[in-house]
Amino acid sequence: MSKQYKLTASLGDQILRLLTLSMAIGVLVLMVWMGWQMFDTARPSIQRFGLGFITSRVWDPVKEQFGALPFIYGTLVTSFLALLLAAPIGLGVAIFLNEMAESRFRAVVGFLVEMLAAIPSVVYGLWGIFVLAPWLKTTVEPGLAKWLGFIPLFQGTPVGFGMLAGGLILAVMILPTIAAISREVMAAVPNMQREAALALGATKWEMIRVAVLPYAKSGIMGGIMLGLGRALGETMAVTMVIGNRPDILASLFAPAYSMAAVIANEFTEATYDLYLSALVEIGLILFGITLVLNFFARLLVWSVGRGPKGGSIV
Amino acid sequence: MNDIFRKYQNWLMLIVFIIATIIALIPLFGVLGYVLKNGLSALNIQFFINLPKAMGLPGGGMANAIVGTLIMVLIASLIGIPIGILAAIYLTEYDRHSWLSTVVRFATDVLTGIPSIIVGIVIYTAVVLKMGNFSALAGGLALAIIMIPLIIRSTEEMLKLVSHSIREAGYALGISKGKTILKIVLPTAAKGIITGAMLAVARVAGETAPLLFTALGNQYWARSLNEPIASLPVQIFQYATSPYKEWHQLAWAGSLVLILMVIILNLVARFAFRSRSI
Amino acid sequence: MFRKKGKLLAYLVMTALVLILAGCGEQAPGTSTGQEKVNLTGSGSSFVYPLLNQQIEEYRKQNSAITINYQSTGSGAGIKQVSEQTIDFGATDGPMTEDQLKAAKGGKILHIPLTLGAVAVTYNEPNLPKDLKIDPKVLADIFLGKITKWNDPKIAADNPDVSLPDSTITVAHRSDGSGTTYIFSDYLSRISSEWSSKVGKGTSLSWPAGLGGKGNAGVAGVIQQTTGSIGYLELAYAVQNNLPYARIKNKEGNWVAPSLQSTSAAAANATIPDDMRVSIVNAPGTDAYPIAGFAWALIYQDQTDKAKGTALVNFLNWAIHDGQALAEGLHYAKLPANLISREEELLKSITFQGQSLLK
Repeated sequence: MSKQYKLTASLGDQILRLLTLSMAIGVLVLMVWMGWQMFDTARPSIQRFGLGFITSRVWDPVKEQFGALPFIYGTLVTSFLALLLAAPIGLGVAIFLNEMAESRFRAVVGFLVEMLAAIPSVVYGLWGIFVLAPWLKTTVEPGLAKWLGFIPLFQGTPVGFGMLAGGLILAVMILPTIAAISREVMAAVPNMQREAALALGATKWEMIRVAVLPYAKSGIMGGIMLGLGRALGETMAVTMVIGNRPDILASLFAPAYSMAAVIANEFTEATYDLYLSALVEIGLILFGITLVLNFFARLLVWSVGRGPKGGSIV
Repeated sequence: MNDIFRKYQNWLMLIVFIIATIIALIPLFGVLGYVLKNGLSALNIQFFINLPKAMGLPGGGMANAIVGTLIMVLIASLIGIPIGILAAIYLTEYDRHSWLSTVVRFATDVLTGIPSIIVGIVIYTAVVLKMGNFSALAGGLALAIIMIPLIIRSTEEMLKLVSHSIREAGYALGISKGKTILKIVLPTAAKGIITGAMLAVARVAGETAPLLFTALGNQYWARSLNEPIASLPVQIFQYATSPYKEWHQLAWAGSLVLILMVIILNLVARFAFRSRSI
Repeated sequence: MFRKKGKLLAYLVMTALVLILAGCGEQAPGTSTGQEKVNLTGSGSSFVYPLLNQQIEEYRKQNSAITINYQSTGSGAGIKQVSEQTIDFGATDGPMTEDQLKAAKGGKILHIPLTLGAVAVTYNEPNLPKDLKIDPKVLADIFLGKITKWNDPKIAADNPDVSLPDSTITVAHRSDGSGTTYIFSDYLSRISSEWSSKVGKGTSLSWPAGLGGKGNAGVAGVIQQTTGSIGYLELAYAVQNNLPYARIKNKEGNWVAPSLQSTSAAAANATIPDDMRVSIVNAPGTDAYPIAGFAWALIYQDQTDKAKGTALVNFLNWAIHDGQALAEGLHYAKLPANLISREEELLKSITFQGQSLLK
């Protein structure tokens, strides 16, 4: 091998290394740049309203008053409703697929559940408008009002479009995320754990409860948080069914608004800088929340890979 | 007594999990069923070759939206896939455990979790306002930003699966590190990387939110990449929220086409490239 | 394997090129006049969208080199995007304010009236007749959320012959920035001091009650999907969707339904200033429908691209002349003849480097 060859090879090496390095750093820069871009555009609103932006419930473009509370409220209520429904079901799916189903069945059902995540948001929205909302209005909401009407959550006129519809659509959309990550962390539980539990005479459920779930607990929590992250930022499907009204009402039947939906609806139409700035500030808040949420979620998911967390027997 | 209780409890819980799985699949079949039922009846050859008609008139199609989606996804792929793969190479081949890699990995995860509408905002302020018009390029760029972290994650996973002995064999033969990566490691993981790329493409093909303020929409053909352009998801959104029966029909038909595109990409990615030859 | 990937990429690129070329080839059938191809982008008012859309289609038949992409994004967006210069022209049915005009980045913006339209108060309640009478004060109370049942005594007072259902009223309104909202809220502000102080007028409002829908089409969608709902729509949207619309008591005390005649009647007595920004809500005249307004095209007086500017001015000139023939079929009132000549003067004042573009 000649000296010259070695030199060119190492030059090419250097170039490849630098190229990949710059792309990796580029990702970091991209994240910081996006945050900065938004902060920069949101600055007039931040300076004008300060922390009051988060606590004010007035969203009045005519009087130039902007408060994000109704959107934060709508986003949180729909997202937590979605979690309440999707977390147990997603976990159930993961347990069924990982611990019970035969391998061929597992592949098919697993693929189907993942397909839920593949369906575009706008298609869910279309379905929400023409199938889900009318069904809620004529069947579900009157039923809930009749049987659970003493709870403020289920009072009021059934409209179909509202927080209940938003929460249900979101539940469907985040279910695959929760199921997939729960499966992943459960698969990481060493088989020895399971065998040990079975050898002690545990039933299958006891094995799951004692040997699998405690081990995977923090990872599952991480999966649920990632699901929450997806719910918070979901835009189109929610916009199409939530009713788009910036107000804070107790009833789940009531129309509301979410942070992402108000951006989608009003962003291109904000006719003056402060209005635009206020919308971008909502985006910035959303960005901040997803940042923090992802940080903790990844921490939890990663921690499962590191080692067992002993669960107490019984 | 206690044993019987445990047995019943066991059965009960197993049934609960089966029911959970069934509940999870109901919306899938609900959505697919309605899209098929309503979409098929509206789908005809005109749909694929005609431009949209003025509202209320029958016979319009979504040809420009289909092409628009393909063009923007292509732009996104041309930008996003190389960047993603290169960044992933750095993370696995050059610097697997340093603090920089950890931070970049975290940034990647955060980017994956960022709502797509935020990408739309950023591209609007940074590109659309600066260039002075809505365009296919801006739309493609927004989709690329969504693709990059997805590509990095999947490529990184695939590269990690390549065993060290293969790399060491390369070095032992006196092949430089760069060549080893390009000629040995990447080809070994190629199937997996392509699978990841196709899944990322499937994901962004259905994105609506980032296109609202970047590609805008167009009822005609866009003549250059520097013009507003139609896309399937945005068009479906506009049609779905309209009051016209004809447009609802088109929205269902458009959804069917979009879902088929996405599902076919998923199926091909998963089954044609499934055997990870490592 | 690596080579294969390169091939795959090459195929993809080639397919895309073919598609793009195919797209270009198809876009303007029969264009061989040697005329320069121009693509214009506009956005804004959904109020004027049905008319503008048909005018564009019609104009394209005669001038195949000119393609106009108009997106119905809402008047607020029309104003904003014109100010930001991200589109070639905007359309709005709420005139730009002084502040907005000052904020425009490309200099002076002209308002060119495109058509006249009425805002209909529509409802979806199977048990109600086609032409319910609604008093202005009652209308304000409904949209303020103070009247919540269809059989409220205040509604019954004006409709003695109708047996009103005991159903809940759901208000439907625009969720986006809208000139239709502007006209509607402009009207409510005139007739209700409570509305004026609590809500005010504008393209986007803080709504006291109801469900939001995006665009006129979105609101029509919400109304159709929701029984018991009431909302406001551009008349063409109400007619095309077979939605019933209410008769409103006008300034002279007559019950008037929205129609071409009643809309024209509202414009007949208005004095229109030189900059064309005028409100004709609650207009005098026995037959005048009280919730009506103009829709304007927004265009910079000083154009920066000669080809685009020429095409745009020519199209607008066509739209206010020949294009008006399409208006009545779509339930828009024709522009008054004396106004058209004044608009022509305005169009002639549009220049590229000091040269008038309209020949």
